[in-house]
Amino acid sequence: MGNFDVKVDAFLRSFLDGGGYRSVLTGLQNTMIIAVCGLLIGIVIGTLIATVRVLPKYKTLPKVLNGICSFYVALFRGTPVVVQLLVFYYVMLPIMGLRLSSVAVSVVVFGMNSGAYISEIMRSGIQSVDIGQMEGGRSLGLSYATTMMRIVIPQAVKNILPTLGNEFIALIKETSVVSFVGATDLYVAFNYIGTNNYEFMVPYLVMALIYIAIVLIISLLIKIMERSLRKSDRGH
Amino acid sequence: MIEVINLNKSFGKLHVLKNININIEKGEKVVVIGPSGSGKSTFLRCLNCMEDPTSGSIIFKGVDIADMKVDINVHRQKMGMVFQHFNLFNNKTVLENIMLAPVYVGNKNRKKLEMTKAELKEKAKETGKSVAEVKKEIKKSKKSKAQIKEEAKKTAMDLLKRIGLEDKANVYPSQLSGGQKQRVAIIRSMAMNPDVILFDEPTSALDPEMVGEVLSLMKDLADSGMTMVVVTHEMGFAREVGTRVIFMDEGRIIEENNPKDFFENPQNPRLKEFLSKVL
Repeated sequence: MGNFDVKVDAFLRSFLDGGGYRSVLTGLQNTMIIAVCGLLIGIVIGTLIATVRVLPKYKTLPKVLNGICSFYVALFRGTPVVVQLLVFYYVMLPIMGLRLSSVAVSVVVFGMNSGAYISEIMRSGIQSVDIGQMEGGRSLGLSYATTMMRIVIPQAVKNILPTLGNEFIALIKETSVVSFVGATDLYVAFNYIGTNNYEFMVPYLVMALIYIAIVLIISLLIKIMERSLRKSDRGH
Repeated sequence: MIEVINLNKSFGKLHVLKNININIEKGEKVVVIGPSGSGKSTFLRCLNCMEDPTSGSIIFKGVDIADMKVDINVHRQKMGMVFQHFNLFNNKTVLENIMLAPVYVGNKNRKKLEMTKAELKEKAKETGKSVAEVKKEIKKSKKSKAQIKEEAKKTAMDLLKRIGLEDKANVYPSQLSGGQKQRVAIIRSMAMNPDVILFDEPTSALDPEMVGEVLSLMKDLADSGMTMVVVTHEMGFAREVGTRVIFMDEGRIIEENNPKDFFENPQNPRLKEFLSKVL
């Protein structure tokens, strides 16, 4: 560790003068885009799947939909996200004749992947809401979908917010594999700086610190959100 | 108003309701009593298809709502229901609880008034007016969204005043006592201006000292002419407010009579035994 100063010096030179900060910013931006958009897509897909899975199942349509959703969840939970990225980018896209940027592909894949996980989280959230909430809404003549959207799911989300936050944090960290399809994320950016002078110790250390900082900030935001959502719980 | 014909309900192998037939007229206050497990709550929940009947018909204002093809939501808007566990929406304030359904239904009906261009032309042809005139008329007859909300709010506040809880309009249900919750639940169903209100053991989950306030609101409601079907263990209420009392046991209606004869001169031995235990 005697030459640590030298290493820091080299890193700073490459980071500041060599334009490394620009690629780090791009990487940070892409990481956040993939994680945030992935989470949003995941929440939409997850909520849809969860709603289907809690539907009463004495008719054919819910049964069929339920089968499709089970398959989807099994598929995306049963394969590593790297495999999903590679298959989507190098197999699905050419077959469909589409051209998407690697960041867009990552957003889609991470969205679909986290949708599978969030569906299970959301399902337990929906099932944790008292059945009476649904009955109260239906008794007033509100439809199943309206009661679900306006009464049950808001309460479910409140219950699962800590778990959902966990999922988001996991998602941010998982995005570090998007370089497999050529997207520039934090890892690629710091790797680039390291390659400049064949010195990886400091760049990777800073990378780790940045990930920790992001996760801490997000944990804090989730805590604040939880507190404001818990307004309706306060009582005697 | 509600005619029940050969109603049967099974949960799997358990046959809960066996061939129930009853006709409930406008303005009646029907009180259903019976031992637990006799099917009285299930019977009540079948009336608004909260439980789908296994067979039989529920004719509500001329429509068989047990038919799966009927849009049950439209009919439920006119059949209020009050639950044992209140079922107020926990994520909404008291005022929002009361306003939610009226505003939702108001906006939905407003959408129905909107016409496509072809429909507008047709209407213009029929009435001999220009398309623009027809459009104007529809616009006039249509309440704005703000108006719908304003009216719902006014109704809600009036109802809250009626039960003396207007100062609780903006608190969440978790901050109310059981009796207050149930009274809010009752006016929530009243805000839809229903033709009948179904009560599913409305006082069973309450502390004894709160039973009175809920019963007196229900009496109030009965005096105003509301049609009511009440499943309860409150014999005093049945005797005082009911116009007809029904005794159910093992999924059948065993005896029904006016309250005076029902309590003073019971016929069925099972009912005699039941009354000797609870009175």
